[in-house]
Amino acid sequence: MLPIYWLLNMSFKTTTEIINTYSLWPQKFTFENYITIFTDKTWYTGYLNSIYYVLMNTVLSVAAALPAAYAFSRYKFLGDKHLFFWLLTNRMAPPAVFALPFFQFYSSINLFDTHIAVALSHCLFNIPLAVWILEGFISAVPKELDETAYVDGYSFWRFFIKIFIPTIVAGIGITMFFCFMFSWVELLLAKTLTAVAAKPIAATMTRTVSTSGYELGLLAAAGSLTIIPGAIVIYFVRNYIAKGFALGRV
Amino acid sequence: MSLELKRVEKKIGQDTHIYRTDLVFKKNTINILLGSTLAGKTTLMQIMAGLDKPTSGEIWFNGKDVTGQAVQKRNVSMVYQQFINYPNFTVFENIASPLKITGINNKEITKRVGEIAELLKLSGMLDKKPNELSGGQQQRTALARALVKDSGLILLDEPLANLDFKLREELREELPKLFENRDCIVVYATTEPSDALLIGGNTATLMEGKVIQYGKTIEVYNKPKNLISAKVFSDPPINISEVNKVGDSFTLLKDSVRWNAKNINLKDGKYKVGIRPHNITTYKEGNNSVEIKGKILISELSGSESLIHFRNANLDWVSLSNGTHQMNVGQDAKLYMNIDEFLYFDESNNLVKHV
Repeated sequence: MLPIYWLLNMSFKTTTEIINTYSLWPQKFTFENYITIFTDKTWYTGYLNSIYYVLMNTVLSVAAALPAAYAFSRYKFLGDKHLFFWLLTNRMAPPAVFALPFFQFYSSINLFDTHIAVALSHCLFNIPLAVWILEGFISAVPKELDETAYVDGYSFWRFFIKIFIPTIVAGIGITMFFCFMFSWVELLLAKTLTAVAAKPIAATMTRTVSTSGYELGLLAAAGSLTIIPGAIVIYFVRNYIAKGFALGRV
Repeated sequence: MSLELKRVEKKIGQDTHIYRTDLVFKKNTINILLGSTLAGKTTLMQIMAGLDKPTSGEIWFNGKDVTGQAVQKRNVSMVYQQFINYPNFTVFENIASPLKITGINNKEITKRVGEIAELLKLSGMLDKKPNELSGGQQQRTALARALVKDSGLILLDEPLANLDFKLREELREELPKLFENRDCIVVYATTEPSDALLIGGNTATLMEGKVIQYGKTIEVYNKPKNLISAKVFSDPPINISEVNKVGDSFTLLKDSVRWNAKNINLKDGKYKVGIRPHNITTYKEGNNSVEIKGKILISELSGSESLIHFRNANLDWVSLSNGTHQMNVGQDAKLYMNIDEFLYFDESNNLVKHV
């Protein structure tokens, strides 16, 4: 809690106070830093960019992982176990390794500095994770449920959308949370693949050095705000996470 | 209307799950598939439903070959051992779901769901979600969904196995009534011989992917074609021992038990005798009983019956008596066998003399 408190503490101080005095709480309480962030376009677009590509990535990851996880859970095919494990090993490589190929690739197909570029690159580690989590939830649903629906006359897609997805909604919620979180905190790819138009908030933060040095108060306020989206998401999925732990997939 | 399995076979890889099977289920009959777990009951049902395709052979329904037809296009219903309902739907929506798909108007749906819910005592629960119901009610919901759509083939895969004793008894009594006056073929898979006897109809005994015998339930019970069929259709397991016949006299177990029986037209020689546990009792039953001695291994009470395991001449025997008879383990005891109920098998395990 201490670093979070200190961050909040700093965010309500002026930069001068942060540098010159040691105080456990703001001597001159100020909203100045927050007001700057919410009124200055260069600041708040950073948040918008981040949220934009994170949401894109979350939707893409879950949309791609759902059918894949269903296939892994319900069907046997040649090399399915190896493929499943290989998916997970994708997470073992540091994303930095892929920064260069992504950068070169997106530059050459004119996707550099777009939201979709970052969203797609984050799929690299989020799709395997999503498949892994969802497979656990799907396997917990008896395949007799699928069969009962077919017997009742449901086509595959009607069953999948009307019955199956609502049944594993908890799993989807958790998966979205994890995709959101990993995409939100990932900096290296996001910074490498953007310049101006899709610059994430973290990049904005590191690039604000003024003539008087770092604007510490402003940085602290920006930092405090980055915690908020994650906290909101956790609030909504907190009940599902317990279920995920019970299944051993989170 | 009939369901016919013609030369149906199912292999997965190198393993044969169902050996060549020919079966004909007639209109308005209840057919029981009786066999232990892994006997192939579920596989056979999935093939009948169209959820699985046979490796070879054909399935005919109402005189039409439906072998490759998708399950959605066949008019079948299925109830599983697990309580399978759509968790996000209410009980009403669950029961109504097969009707909704066919595009019947809402008024008709409400009417039919109401009727079937009444029949299965679910009327007060239509607005609840399945996970708010007890196990018995969940299975009733699944049954209601299977019955509501007037399908020609209703498949019940051990529907009572996951229920507790009391609920099982209750639902088992109701089941045959539910299928009365319905134009359909019912297939009921179970591991319990008592289920088969209570429900009646026809029974097919299954063992390791083979249909051993098919016929009227009572006939299969009284005249098991061979030892395997007798074993499948006996719980607790049937006692089997070798027996020697010389004239009218039969000798069992290294001469320890002996009896005389007339009217048995068999050549002298070696046979096997099958004795159902309820024909070995602590009291004399029937006019012709014979004594058997043994050392008590286990003595347990189940409800109003006593199950006694004992050993005689290196064979373990099981007996089932009415009433409560507590015996001390290790004690030597005397029991009685009703010789009129013995089943005789020849050396290749085929039935040669029945009750």
